[in-house]
Amino acid sequence: MRKNKKNKPDILKFNKIKKSSNVIFNIIFIIASIISIAPIIYVLMISLTSEKALARYGYHLIPREFSLDAYIFLYQEADVILKALLISIIVTCVGTIVGVILTSTMGYVLSRPNYKLKGFLSWIVFIPMIFNGGMIATYVVYTNFLGLKDTIWSLILPLAVSSFNVIICKTFFKTTIPESIIESARIDGASQLNIFIKIVLPISKPVLATISLFLSFGYWNDWFLSSLYINDSNLLSLQALLNNIQKNIEYLANNPTAGVSLQQYKNQMPKEGVRMAIAIIIALPIACIYPFFQKYFISGLTIGAVKG
Amino acid sequence: MVMVKGTKKNKQKIKNVKRKWRKDDFELTLLAAPTFIWYILFSFIPMFGIIIAFKKYETFPGRGFIYNLLHSDWVGFENFRYLFKSNTLFILLRNTIGYNLIFIILGIIVPVTLAIMISLIYSKRKSKAYQTMMFFPHFMSWVVVSYFVFAFLSMDKGVFNNILTFFGGDSIKWYMESKYWPYILIFMQLWKTVGYNMVIYLASIAGISGQLYEAAVIDGATKWQQVKYITLPSLKTIIVMMFILNVGRILNSDFGLFFQITRGIPGSLYNVASTLDTYVYMALRSSSPIGMTAAATFFQSVTGCITILLANWIVRKVDNENAII
Repeated sequence: MRKNKKNKPDILKFNKIKKSSNVIFNIIFIIASIISIAPIIYVLMISLTSEKALARYGYHLIPREFSLDAYIFLYQEADVILKALLISIIVTCVGTIVGVILTSTMGYVLSRPNYKLKGFLSWIVFIPMIFNGGMIATYVVYTNFLGLKDTIWSLILPLAVSSFNVIICKTFFKTTIPESIIESARIDGASQLNIFIKIVLPISKPVLATISLFLSFGYWNDWFLSSLYINDSNLLSLQALLNNIQKNIEYLANNPTAGVSLQQYKNQMPKEGVRMAIAIIIALPIACIYPFFQKYFISGLTIGAVKG
Repeated sequence: MVMVKGTKKNKQKIKNVKRKWRKDDFELTLLAAPTFIWYILFSFIPMFGIIIAFKKYETFPGRGFIYNLLHSDWVGFENFRYLFKSNTLFILLRNTIGYNLIFIILGIIVPVTLAIMISLIYSKRKSKAYQTMMFFPHFMSWVVVSYFVFAFLSMDKGVFNNILTFFGGDSIKWYMESKYWPYILIFMQLWKTVGYNMVIYLASIAGISGQLYEAAVIDGATKWQQVKYITLPSLKTIIVMMFILNVGRILNSDFGLFFQITRGIPGSLYNVASTLDTYVYMALRSSSPIGMTAAATFFQSVTGCITILLANWIVRKVDNENAII
């Protein structure tokens, strides 16, 4: 090992790209990085610009007139926003918990080598990866057979299990949990459920973190299920709200400030700024959180890519 | 278990196949039951729903889905005939398959190239920073991204028109002009997926044994030869896997991309931005008869399944190592 370490720099010293190539590569990646994150910075700046300046000068990277009007307006209309935020948070939390439970149990069962139904269940997990009923059949079954229309479950259950996640779990359990631990627990008379909860889960934190991340980002970002199954405005998540106000933003305005009629208030509302502000409210938490969890994401992706 | 030679081994095998249920099996089945039920309800029952395509599906008040399905009339290929008659099918198929082919090709070439480049950068710290920034678009939903795009393309306020008018040009009605949209859609798809895919390939590159490169250096291989003879062949497995999975989705499209970025596909952009998925979605929202659109989704499901199996079969013929099934 040590010899290797000592040798490596020597040999690979001759294996670097040219200085000029390095500079060029760096420039390319700096440009790519800017393209990746510029839009959100830009939208943030728009949301911090006063409506007057937007109307006059259009969108600019540096606010011509700095103002918090859009956010103040949202604060006044907090009931709508908070309701949507609450739905988003409930769906994300409940969905992630349900999803992790369903995914990890199935992953564990499939990782047991002598389980009688292993082959059958493997197919059950695998077939949906290559064949599905399509949007129409799915829609009809969810609304007509499962009665999910306008319930919060329509936002939670469809995304709870994905075969990809089950396979990540299975691969992890197979490769990292020593058979001997489980065997000895069996000999001591523990039931499989006990083994799973008391032994397997505590040593599987990395994979559980990965799955939770995949799920929670999926739930937080979902607007498609809302647009199909939700008509009730009490069940709109933040994403769905943003999706709806593309066409009609005025329905947000219903708590006029003192001395202003509702119509005046609607006319005065900082429409452009508010749209961008809601986009920021959705995007910013993710932008702040994801760098810390990136390594879990990458590990999950690489585990999933192993044939198992 | 100790394996014994000869006839006993065969007995052992038979025993394994016809083994009685043990307590273990029972407990594991209980553990798997909730997820199994989920798969039945949310995956397998909709699969049977594809026969809606051959029926004149109607809902009988107060009856469930299965009753409706059984009591709707069979219409054979009537729904398909209707679909083939409509002029839109050609456009839908052209867009769906055309965009997907471009996405598959660019979606492999660009991230792989970038992954190889970023693995060669001197400073590991910088490389991490670039990865983090380029990973960012993956975490944005298409709804949010559509607002990002709007900030650039808005008619009277957007950046592009600001720049154009600043240099004395005329502003362009971006959301009305279909000729720009293929490029915008392709660019946005790349914008959202390149960082993510780059990280996947980069993880594979990191797994390549350093000794291969050392040997290559000793043999006097140039950097370019190393990429060609070591890096790319090592990435082959993962590239093939991504390729097979994407080919299986050739008739599906990233619905959000086409629907959200164009702000709901206005009429002027219909010809360049509508795909099978958006067509089905619009039909669902507009309460037109379900059978017609079910014919379109029947195509998607069946073709998807066939292409995946076909692609896998071809890959297996050429190179057994890399088949996924």
